[in-house]
Amino acid sequence: MLKDEDRIFKNLYNDLGSDLNSSKKRGDWTNTKELCGKGRDWIINEIKTSELRGRGGAGFPTGLKWSFAPKEVGSRPHYLVINADESEPGTCKDRDILRFEPHKLIEGCLISSYAVNAKKCYIYIRGEYFNEGQKLQTAIDDAYNNNFLGKDACGTGWDLDIYIHYGAGAYICGEETALLESLEGKKGQPRLKPPFPALVGLYGCPTIINNVETVAVVPTILRRGAKWFASLGKPKNTGTKIYCISGNVNSPCNVEEEMGTSLKDLIETHAGGVIGGWENLKAVIPGGSSMPLLPKKICDTIKMDFDSLIAEKSGLGTAGIVVINNDQDIIKCMARIARFYKHESCGQCTPCREGSGWMWRMLERMAKGEASKDEVDMLMDVTKQIEGHTICAFGEGSAWPVQGLLRHFKKEIEKRNNFKPLVNRNKNIPYLVDQHLLDKKNA
Amino acid sequence: MSIKRISKKQPDNFEFDSDNLKKANRIINNYPEGKQQSAVMSLLYLAQNQNENWIPLAAMKYIGKFLNVPYIKVYEVATFYTMYNLSPVGKNFIQICTTTPCMIRGAYKLVEACKEKISQNENEISEDKKCSWVEVECLGACVNAPMMQINNDYFEDLDKEKTLKILDQILKGESPKPGSYRGRLNSEPENNRKTLLDIKNA
Repeated sequence: MLKDEDRIFKNLYNDLGSDLNSSKKRGDWTNTKELCGKGRDWIINEIKTSELRGRGGAGFPTGLKWSFAPKEVGSRPHYLVINADESEPGTCKDRDILRFEPHKLIEGCLISSYAVNAKKCYIYIRGEYFNEGQKLQTAIDDAYNNNFLGKDACGTGWDLDIYIHYGAGAYICGEETALLESLEGKKGQPRLKPPFPALVGLYGCPTIINNVETVAVVPTILRRGAKWFASLGKPKNTGTKIYCISGNVNSPCNVEEEMGTSLKDLIETHAGGVIGGWENLKAVIPGGSSMPLLPKKICDTIKMDFDSLIAEKSGLGTAGIVVINNDQDIIKCMARIARFYKHESCGQCTPCREGSGWMWRMLERMAKGEASKDEVDMLMDVTKQIEGHTICAFGEGSAWPVQGLLRHFKKEIEKRNNFKPLVNRNKNIPYLVDQHLLDKKNA
Repeated sequence: MSIKRISKKQPDNFEFDSDNLKKANRIINNYPEGKQQSAVMSLLYLAQNQNENWIPLAAMKYIGKFLNVPYIKVYEVATFYTMYNLSPVGKNFIQICTTTPCMIRGAYKLVEACKEKISQNENEISEDKKCSWVEVECLGACVNAPMMQINNDYFEDLDKEKTLKILDQILKGESPKPGSYRGRLNSEPENNRKTLLDIKNA
């Protein structure tokens, strides 16, 4: 278990209060001026040596991302945008940072803005987190009153303004380019990449987009040194991470632990174990709903970090661990996730807009045992046709959980759904979507 | 994509009151010059708050003129995002999260409670016009599942009885306390905390 002194978010449960004074006691804002005084290159290099990877799901190296921003400010201003549109089912870490550690985030914003030459920072908070946003606004106001923000922020000679922008209940706005569209006052539909936001982002200007957790850990990394951060966890998967453990466990919770902690340890030590005991475990979704689930056999040994999970064809994502035990119907659980994706698809790309609905309806029927045998393979085919055929990663996000289910629980689905197909046809054609055309001779 | 129903009964006019007018002008200043369209989402919220928690078409037209953007641009934003109500909802708007992490901890029991106390169907305003409820997707409080949101407040760690009690209070016009209903501190592990204990006991 991680030592308490190595935990970055000491106020994760709000034992101490989130106001400026108690934040200062925890070490926030102590030597921000000195840190910035060491220069942009030093900051970016420290973050690079710390091997910090983005905490929003994709795990992109943060230092590398920052170095993509143009070195000098040209005719277009730079922006820093903080992604606090946390909507991935199973994930609720950013909420606690916004509520209880707002000054870590604000200080992180100042340092990051300085590193990427941004004078304006927007924090995009999901609309449902209204109260959390108000708390953050109070913290921002406090920071302004103490000259930590605004002109010559915190004596660094850098000007920074932070604004909060509320979303309005669209999961897709957590995708970085959709978030930018939304910030520009449009529908949240992702943009084609390239150009990447680091060069053409908000209002066509260079923009760096980071997750709340990523930015909030930056001041502590710089203060305690990149070496300290890199010494935690494993190479390429360094540091600490807030895990959200929810579902069928005795005491669901958020907890900060080292990267690469074993899943079993996390569940047994912090979350009080699986309801009904470890043997009662059915599957675990390791990183928010869009990551493929893992059956018990893999859960016994798996370590929670980016690379170990990728090796098991899943991913760390946002580290939202959803534990599902044998009392639940796994097909129904995944059908509900498919319904989530059907509801949240932005409607821009046809494979995702239509396919997410197909997957949901097929899974609902499979949960009831009303599907025919051949539909199991058809479902797999649908997921394959969504994956990789959309503008943003939502296509993968909606297809992967279904693929995970098919990969590990295919037998269970087949046992429940053993109808013969209503119409027997030659099905050796890869594009099942166009089956209806087979009846027409001239098609 | 979600389906949005636009109310058939629409008021003829809409204008920000003086308070909201000030707020709106302040919000526009948050964005660079010429990029006032960015404020459209915040202004829709203002309109929603001013108009009993729903946005009439007149408000969209008004906001379009206010920001100097075409009406259709405001309309498409208002219809895209789920948090803008385009037809009347109850004064107490109850949203129950039923996505998987909540579902496996019994979120549909909360739905039953709402059906008993408020109305048989979603989006149906209760007889006394005070409440309406709706099933929503993940509200981002998964470790405190099952949970519901009433207006801006989160009610966490619920079960059916606790929900019935909260709804009773709401219907009586009281305001129940938001937060965890199992008495734990925010998202800490209940009865099993092993971290940051020095701080807790300090």
